[in-house]
Amino acid sequence: MDINDVRGLGTVFALIAFLGIIAWAYSSSRKKRFDDDADMIFKDDNIAQRTADAEREKND
Amino acid sequence: MSTAAEHPTYNYKVVKYFAIMTVVWGIVGMSLGVLIASQLVWPELNFETPYLTFSRLRPLHTNAVIFAFGGCALFATSYYVVQRTCQTRIFSDSLAMFTFWGWQAVIVAAAITLPLGLTSSKEYAELEWPIDILITIVWVCYAIVFFGTIAKRSQKHIYVANWFFGAFIITIAVLHIFNSLAVPVSAFKSYSIYAGAIDAMVQWWYGHNAVGFFLTAGFLGIMYYFVPKQAERPVYSYRLSIVHFWALISIYVWAGAHHLHYSALPDWAQSAGMIMSLILLAPSWGGMINGMMTLSGAWHKLRTDPILRFLVVSLSFYGMSTFEGPMMAIKTVNALSHNTDWTVGHVHSGALGWVAMVSIGALYNLIPVVFGRKQGEMYSIKLINIHFWLATIGTVLYIVAMWVNGIMQGLMWRAVNSDGTLTYSFVESLEASYPGYFVRAVGGAIFLAGMFIMAYNTYKTVRGANAEQQAKLAQA
Repeated sequence: MDINDVRGLGTVFALIAFLGIIAWAYSSSRKKRFDDDADMIFKDDNIAQRTADAEREKND
Repeated sequence: MSTAAEHPTYNYKVVKYFAIMTVVWGIVGMSLGVLIASQLVWPELNFETPYLTFSRLRPLHTNAVIFAFGGCALFATSYYVVQRTCQTRIFSDSLAMFTFWGWQAVIVAAAITLPLGLTSSKEYAELEWPIDILITIVWVCYAIVFFGTIAKRSQKHIYVANWFFGAFIITIAVLHIFNSLAVPVSAFKSYSIYAGAIDAMVQWWYGHNAVGFFLTAGFLGIMYYFVPKQAERPVYSYRLSIVHFWALISIYVWAGAHHLHYSALPDWAQSAGMIMSLILLAPSWGGMINGMMTLSGAWHKLRTDPILRFLVVSLSFYGMSTFEGPMMAIKTVNALSHNTDWTVGHVHSGALGWVAMVSIGALYNLIPVVFGRKQGEMYSIKLINIHFWLATIGTVLYIVAMWVNGIMQGLMWRAVNSDGTLTYSFVESLEASYPGYFVRAVGGAIFLAGMFIMAYNTYKTVRGANAEQQAKLAQA
């Protein structure tokens, strides 16, 4: 086995990793989880509200 | 102290500072760009002083727009997004403030040393070794603040924008440290530890990934937060964003060799760089489509919301330049485009169309928020719309002029007579380029005019926010 076999295996490993990521991301059991994750930027945010209030009342 | 822990707020102060400086450095950097573009039309504009020659101001322009304008935009948005999505205050207020002053010091040092002719002569890494060390210190602090904030997050999931910001911060640290390794011979002079073709390869491994991670991954982080926020709907496919992230960061690092086609670099390395550049089209377009399709079912918002228009048009330019890039990396195409103005046009379709426009859109969303208003509530929406059209027209004029110039130069340089002699001298190709240089300078000036409008709008928004506070105070 010479160095080029290792290089070839590296490419195969990268392909398997890529397909693995796709399988993981697109598995139906994770659909709801990722939909929730996408929505997290719209969640109620007490800290943002408090900061905005503080920002408006800064000169009080 | 205990009340602060029970009732935490976000640190908007550092975001404000960086946001304001983004606008300021945008005007400075783009003014320099218009000046040097004009020097190519009217060479007298160097005023016969060495400090104002094209050769010294060009690196100042690139440093100012990439690291001062783009850098401040990335600091502002990443500090804002990481706090908002982790729902926790920034890791350390004082360390965050140090990154602000440290980064401004780097920019000022660049503005002093580059016109003096102090340069390491490595493209996009011209600054000499003492400044390189300062950059490293600031960057490590940036990483501590960013990842420290992620570590103390109150949300379980780390939102995708933070993954892109994180990859950008880590990769730029690695690139900057290894590309800048040098032997200092005096306070302002050093020599790279690499030599010959290896120096060239390290330089373009750095140079291309400065594009890939500073100007792409970081700004994709901006895209994944601000496009959904401004459109008020979640990103088109969160699952695609995961595949997009891993594919993009694992492929980008291999593409740098396409800057060295037909050079002393071994042929196999050039071909490998070309192949990886072609593969890069897939993740680039995956991300672009993911951003664009976020608007599906809400396209009508583009009619009324110029901020969203900035963000979506930036994605169009991103898609266009990430198609153009792989195409130019093909060796036969590169034989025509290399060293011509086509390259300059390609860079600016990415820099003006994508990087600047997505930053501008994000800032219009963010500036009102950090000054205590609702997102996107700038002083004047009408002025945003004018800015949008100036930016778009300016970019289009710029890149079309450079396409025409570049292809013309490539064709003129390769034209041969039947006896094998060159048809045109170099000066003839230069003379033929003048109209294109003029149009380019006009396009750049139009884009710059938009930045002045943004500065006015920002000033009025900040002043207005303060006036509201005063009025409230008077009532109380």
